Amino acid sequence: MSFAKNLKCRECGRDYSLDPIHVCEFCFGPLEVFYDYEAMGRAVTRDHIEGGPPTMWRYAELLPCNPETAIDIGTGLTPLVRARNLGRLLGLDRLYIKNDCQNPTWSFKDRVVSVATSVAREFEFDTLACASTGNLANSVAAHAARAGMKARVFIPADLEQGKIIGSAIYSPTLVAVDGGYDEVNRLCSEVSDKYPWAFVNINMRPYYAEGSKTLGYEVCEQLGWRAPDHCIVPLASGSLYTKIYKGIKELSWLGLVDWRATRMSGAQAEGCSPIAEAWNRRSFLIKPQKPNTIAKSLAIGNPADGYYALKTMADTNGAAATVTDEEVVEGIQLLAETEGIFAETAGGVVISGLRRLVDDGHVRADEVVVAFITGAGLKTQEAVLPAIQPPLTIRATLDSFEEALEERDGVLPAARGV
Amino acid sequence: MDKLRVKFTFVESLIKEPIIWKLGREFEVVTNIRRADVQADRGWVILELEGERDEIDRGLDWVKDQGVRIDPVYEDVVEG
Repeated sequence: MSFAKNLKCRECGRDYSLDPIHVCEFCFGPLEVFYDYEAMGRAVTRDHIEGGPPTMWRYAELLPCNPETAIDIGTGLTPLVRARNLGRLLGLDRLYIKNDCQNPTWSFKDRVVSVATSVAREFEFDTLACASTGNLANSVAAHAARAGMKARVFIPADLEQGKIIGSAIYSPTLVAVDGGYDEVNRLCSEVSDKYPWAFVNINMRPYYAEGSKTLGYEVCEQLGWRAPDHCIVPLASGSLYTKIYKGIKELSWLGLVDWRATRMSGAQAEGCSPIAEAWNRRSFLIKPQKPNTIAKSLAIGNPADGYYALKTMADTNGAAATVTDEEVVEGIQLLAETEGIFAETAGGVVISGLRRLVDDGHVRADEVVVAFITGAGLKTQEAVLPAIQPPLTIRATLDSFEEALEERDGVLPAARGV
Repeated sequence: MDKLRVKFTFVESLIKEPIIWKLGREFEVVTNIRRADVQADRGWVILELEGERDEIDRGLDWVKDQGVRIDPVYEDVVEG
């Protein structure tokens, strides 16, 4: 059963029943799911979780929907990898990578959309919708297919072919919108106001956002029921960042892990860094930006949870790093070359951001550090194409092979002994 | 009649200006403040505007001309 009790305004604290709404009618503040933690604490144990399915739904009792009717396409319980090579290079003794590339549609969005779709079905919506530049669109289209719902997915008209295919294969109604960033945002707000659809990140947002908590739960369980000392998270709307922290806090409230005062740090690309910019100004006032970066999955110029991300950063003694687009590519390459993980641009932001935070003294060598890699590299191949080494092109002869190898490396490798 | 929810952000030089009062007086727009944080050097106000859409747009153009930043309350809905 779900222990979700009601929705609560994050600003004025007013309570609402569990309905498909996301904004407080009185102060226009955002609504968040509130739980009966006492009852949850009596029902949820480590054994109970460990005996659950090998997906994020092993934490079903900590989510705002009925586990029996959850739409589970196999999301979650992704690997937590001890990154010894990268850690050595960065000077970190205990660095881990949470590899969320391995979700069904290859990004962490499956976590939030899985919850949003499950709740949407409980509310008897027949249509799932979103506006997205890639990952969210893929996930909504896939979950709608699984749930037998109609999907309406709005994408920018100039989206790359690969990203369109990643949604189109599930046969949603794909709407390519011709217009600038602000115009697409405005249109989608109007559409969500007019049509009775479950827009996963608008009217479903309080439930949707809760799916990100499972990243925090999983990391603690995979560390042997221990909270990390420091998390490095990509910052877009700020929701993922705040919910990972909420997940860690909840496990502590429930007595499943000891409280460790986990520090939360974030990273953004310079071309869209409203949260990091406010952090560096020592301000809680976000100045919206027009995104201009290759890290498109993080390109949210006016972040809905930016203020709450800044509060979390301040409360946890975290920090924010920004990286250039060149550093984004370097970060992707560094992770691939050291740990064998091919991340999308958001992952490059996290790895280069982590390096900056280490260089600036924000991350200590002895901390248990978890860097969250939220999407797979095959989604943003065009970003790394100019930087990768082309293959050695040869004729099908041993001479040609050795000639090419010697030309590149200056020396031939040792041959087998005779 | 339409309703529109917006966020005004004021820089220091505009903090003392009664811009919301003027908006309601100069244009056929009802202004309804819901949440605000105004300090000596900057401030923001979240409010609902009610009126004919054209009149709201004319009013918002005037507010923008005064140097106030205007953003939608719902922030960005297009995600990665």
